[in-house]
Amino acid sequence: MSDYITHDHEHDGLDRRGFLQCMAWAGTGLLWTVSGGVLASKTLAQIAQAAGPLPAADLSFLQISDSHIGFSKEANKDVTETFKIALDRINALPAPPSFLIHTGDITQLSKPEEFDTFDEVLKSCRTKDVFYVPGEHDVLNDGGKLYRDRYLKDVEGKGSGWYSFNKNGVHFIGLVNVLNLQAGGLGQLGDEQLEWLEADVKDLGSSTPVVVFAHIPLWAVYPQWGWGTSDSERALGYLKRFGSVTVLNGHIHQVLQKVEGNVTFHSAMSTAFPQPAPGTAPSPGPMKVPAEKLRSLLGLTTVQYKQGKTGLAVVDSNLS
Amino acid sequence: MTTFTLKNQLAALLCGIGFLNLSLFALAGEVNDSAATVANSNKIEIKDFAFNPPTLTVKSGEKITWINRDDEPHTVVSVEKQFKKSTALDTDQEFTITAGIPGTYTYYCSVHPKMTGTIVIVKS
Repeated sequence: MSDYITHDHEHDGLDRRGFLQCMAWAGTGLLWTVSGGVLASKTLAQIAQAAGPLPAADLSFLQISDSHIGFSKEANKDVTETFKIALDRINALPAPPSFLIHTGDITQLSKPEEFDTFDEVLKSCRTKDVFYVPGEHDVLNDGGKLYRDRYLKDVEGKGSGWYSFNKNGVHFIGLVNVLNLQAGGLGQLGDEQLEWLEADVKDLGSSTPVVVFAHIPLWAVYPQWGWGTSDSERALGYLKRFGSVTVLNGHIHQVLQKVEGNVTFHSAMSTAFPQPAPGTAPSPGPMKVPAEKLRSLLGLTTVQYKQGKTGLAVVDSNLS
Repeated sequence: MTTFTLKNQLAALLCGIGFLNLSLFALAGEVNDSAATVANSNKIEIKDFAFNPPTLTVKSGEKITWINRDDEPHTVVSVEKQFKKSTALDTDQEFTITAGIPGTYTYYCSVHPKMTGTIVIVKS
């Protein structure tokens, strides 16, 4: 196991071993709530089982990721079904989230019929507003044209599809870091997108909560497997002055979190199949598990972390 | 008018470069679903997010075939755009090119750019 956690900025006692013990497989979605500018995630299962309404919150939204529609290998031969189950869990929430964020890899091979299946299944979701960023699987052969034609209709996508929007005082930024990747490198944002980002946040007050979402992690989770973004430091530099920055990503099919100053990094689980923990397998490919264990491995582990010095977030989803 | 002329010259130059690059390999790439082997070809297996062998030496005129053995799509893309790139190769799909002008050619997977490989072409 390589040392991919290098600092304990929060002095929270989460050394590498402790962090790994908190690392979670999970399978459906996280419900994020924003209250007083601090984001915290709650378990869908907990919320669904709660008798009362959602905790007081100014805004709630839900992140889903890595649906990989079209994948049919041993790790999960029916990813459409597990995606449906995830949507069922969302629909079972006592109060629907305001919107969904999909952090990429909608499809396995960028095929039109895979996008069609995703769109058809998604119709069953009670929550209709969905904001997307592409994964590398969504832009395989056409540089993302098909993806952009379908999923950026309701936003003012710039360049290869990045954009921002505001909801209830929170500034959301969707970034694209899966295109024009360089040989030997990691995910990449590129100069044009970074210049746009700098201008986008320039006039925001520092107390504005900021949520950034992108497919590949914007922190060096495990560069040996390409799990990081080469120019993310520059992006984060533009966000340093903000009191609350939450960075959401997918790509690695497991829950990992890191807090650095006012920035919380969080990677979500897949609705399709698990991937190995960093460095624990020959490659980051889909992890095969016994069929009867798949759904339980896609969920059930709780991660707790500190949001700065306040707040506590609990992540726990379960497709079983 | 001057701008127009310069643009034309630039376009001609780019076309020329493109022609030279593609001519390094006699064949544009072919993607095949079949697991059938190509006789006398040089195989590069894609497995565990790596090209194997990472460096392959072939003679000019020989075929080179990549086979994806992962459950993950991969591509074969010339770093210097010296040959036509493959489309995304699904499990067990193949991609074949024919080696042209002797030299050293580096390539990578544009989906997982940490994956790189080298082809060395020598005179036949």
